[in-house]
Amino acid sequence: MSAAQLIGDWHALVVLFVAGVVPNQIWRMLGLWFGGGIDEGSELLVWVRAVATAILAGVIAQIVVEPPGALASVPDLLRYGAVAAGLVVFLLTRRSIFAGVVTGEVFMLAGKWWLG
Amino acid sequence: MALPPLDSPQWQSPWRAFAWGLRSITQTILTLVLFATYLGIGALAHDTHFSLLWALCSTLFVWAGPAQIILITTLGSGATVIQSAIAVTVSAIRLFPMVVSVLPLMRTPTTKRRELFFAAHLTAVTLWVECHRFLPQVPRERRIAFVNGLGFGLVSVCLTANTVGYFLAANLTQTLGAAILLLTPLSFLFSTARNSREVADVVALTLGVLLYPLAAKMNSGLDILVSGLVAGTIAYGVHWWREVRA
Repeated sequence: MSAAQLIGDWHALVVLFVAGVVPNQIWRMLGLWFGGGIDEGSELLVWVRAVATAILAGVIAQIVVEPPGALASVPDLLRYGAVAAGLVVFLLTRRSIFAGVVTGEVFMLAGKWWLG
Repeated sequence: MALPPLDSPQWQSPWRAFAWGLRSITQTILTLVLFATYLGIGALAHDTHFSLLWALCSTLFVWAGPAQIILITTLGSGATVIQSAIAVTVSAIRLFPMVVSVLPLMRTPTTKRRELFFAAHLTAVTLWVECHRFLPQVPRERRIAFVNGLGFGLVSVCLTANTVGYFLAANLTQTLGAAILLLTPLSFLFSTARNSREVADVVALTLGVLLYPLAAKMNSGLDILVSGLVAGTIAYGVHWWREVRA
C-alpha cells in the first residue's frame, strides 16, 4: 500500500473539515452552549428527526442501489435479496441487529457461491 | 463485570472512574455493532478512494457514523462540498437534542462548561444510550471522567475497526470485500429500525429507502436531500395527523 493511499493529500483533509467536521460538530457545540430550555418533544425537532432519518435511509438505499467498489460485483437482485432476507430475520427475531446483519451477509455469500 | 457500589472508595480517583468507563465497553453488544459498522466505513473509504488517514480523521473528529457514510458516499459520487455539507449538517441536527439531554446527567452545580467539552464531542447515539444505562450507577462527581473513559474506549475500538476494514478491503478477494461493504447498509438499516419507536420514524425510514431511487432518476446532485426532505416531511405529516386525531 502506497503513502498516497495511507495519507492522501491535504486537499481531501480540508474537504473533510469543511464538509464533514464543521457541519456535524456545530450541533454538539450549540447543545453545549444553549443546553437548557429546549423541549425534546417539540414539533420542530420531530420534523428534523424525521428528515434526518429519511436522509440516512436514502444513503443506505444509495449504497445498495448504486454500490461502490467491490459491492458492485454482486448482482442487483442478490444485493436486494440479502437486505430483504436480513430484514425478515431482524423482524422475526424481535429486532436483533446481530441476527439481521448475519443473515444478510450469509445470504449474499451463499448466493455468490451458488452463482459461481 | 459489575460497577462498584456508589459509596465505594473505587470512585475516589477520577482516573479510576475513567478506567471503569473504559472497561464498560466490554459490557454492551453495541460495541460489537460499532465494530462491524466502522469495519464497513473503513472498507467504504478504501473503495471510494479516500486515504486511511482521512478515514481515521473522520472517525476522530466527526464521530457520527451516519454523517461519515453520508460524507463518504456523497463526495465519492461526485457531490460538491456544499451539497455534502448540507446533507451532513441535516443528519447531525439530531445530535443537538442528544447533547442537551445527556449533559445534565453529569453536570454538578460547580461544573464548568469546558469540562463538558469532550463529553459533548463524544455524544452520539451509542454513548447516549449507554449513558442512560450506566450513569445511574456512577457517583455524580465522577460521571464526566467515566463518560470520557467510555467514549475513549469506543473511539479506540472504531479507529481499530476502520484500519482493519481498510486493509481488508485492499487485500481481500472481491466477494469478501463486498461482504464487508455490505455491513454498512445492513447495520445502519437495522440499528435505525431498532431505534424507531414512533410511527413517524418508521415511515421516514421506509419512505426514505423507497424514494431515493426515484429521486436519483432526476439526477440533480441533490438526490439525497430531495428524497430525505420529501420522505421526512410526509413522515412528520403522518405524526401530525395522528396527534390531531388522538
